[in-house]
Amino acid sequence: MRLLLGSLFALAVAAIVGLGSTYFALSRGAAFGPLTIGSWTAWPKSGTVDADPYVQASIARIGRLPTALGDGLAFTATSDDRGRPLDGRCEAVLSGVTPAARFWTLTLYNRDGELVANSVNRFGFTSQEIVRHADGSFEIVVAPRANAGNWLPTGGIERYVLVLRLYDTPVGVSTKAGREVPMPSVNVRGCP
Amino acid sequence: MIRWLLLALGGAVLGGIVHLATIIILPRTATQDAYSRLARNAPVDRVTPVPAPTPQAAPMPFMDPAFAVAVCRYDLSQGPLKLSVPVSLAYTSVSFYTRYDVAYYAINDRAAGRRVIELELMTTDQHNQMPEDEDITAADRLIVESPTLTGLIAIRALASEPGLMPMARSTLAAAKCTRQEPPTD
Repeated sequence: MRLLLGSLFALAVAAIVGLGSTYFALSRGAAFGPLTIGSWTAWPKSGTVDADPYVQASIARIGRLPTALGDGLAFTATSDDRGRPLDGRCEAVLSGVTPAARFWTLTLYNRDGELVANSVNRFGFTSQEIVRHADGSFEIVVAPRANAGNWLPTGGIERYVLVLRLYDTPVGVSTKAGREVPMPSVNVRGCP
Repeated sequence: MIRWLLLALGGAVLGGIVHLATIIILPRTATQDAYSRLARNAPVDRVTPVPAPTPQAAPMPFMDPAFAVAVCRYDLSQGPLKLSVPVSLAYTSVSFYTRYDVAYYAINDRAAGRRVIELELMTTDQHNQMPEDEDITAADRLIVESPTLTGLIAIRALASEPGLMPMARSTLAAAKCTRQEPPTD
């Protein structure tokens, strides 16, 4: 009886630890070799054959196709430069320049990777659509209400994700730090 | 007391093994991964346009709405595949994925350097079986080796502004992926 109880206990611990850690790792998007610049994170290896099992498992679970490294690189932001979460009821400002790339796109998704409905049917910007300052820098306002200039509507959802995809870019596996790669800063302001 | 602690420790070690096993097995058992989602509407060896994502419905999560996308699902067991993609105005890329959504190769219009991206896809075995002289005479042929027999080719064309989307879509409509008949000798 004691033996049976003991093995059941050990198996229960194994199931909780094993499945719990798997769930935790996949929902947090844990993987090796992240490239973090400011509030932006990319996993350059996720688009190569060297993708580690954690990346592969999380890609399969989400059901997306990763951007191949020969095609481009996708940076994701879920919080601003000071660590405040991106809240669709607040106003956030992206400003600065992007790393060298032939094209880039910026897209706003909800946590599940779906586009967010809004009155003007704008889900993102491409590098060709943006209005820039004379020095080439730009400013994008991510806000629930209409703004002058480059306005990306949030639809008022609670949490959103910004994805900046660089296409045909030298930024990748060999890039170590943010010094040589200028990413736009993200700042939440004006939270009701 | 010691006995229960030891059991908990043993359970934790076993849990570590369970964790690693589930992580490794997950891509092979997932039924909602990108390949399975797209395979429902994509016949083998044919270029099929993928509907653009909208807030109401999207073929897969995290699709870039600025791109027109088409896929060709391939099965190399019957022979190599030939792919030709005309280049659109802004940016066109072709990415190759295995059955389990691992991107193993990608090329864009600039790297291809022509008006049409032309590629041949085959397994390593099929590449080795190719007559050598053929390999030399066609030195500018671009040959991609697939690590798996089945997989997915994603063709993407950028519409740098929404008005250019019809043009990007029509570019992809002219893309072709066709199976090459095995050489008869």
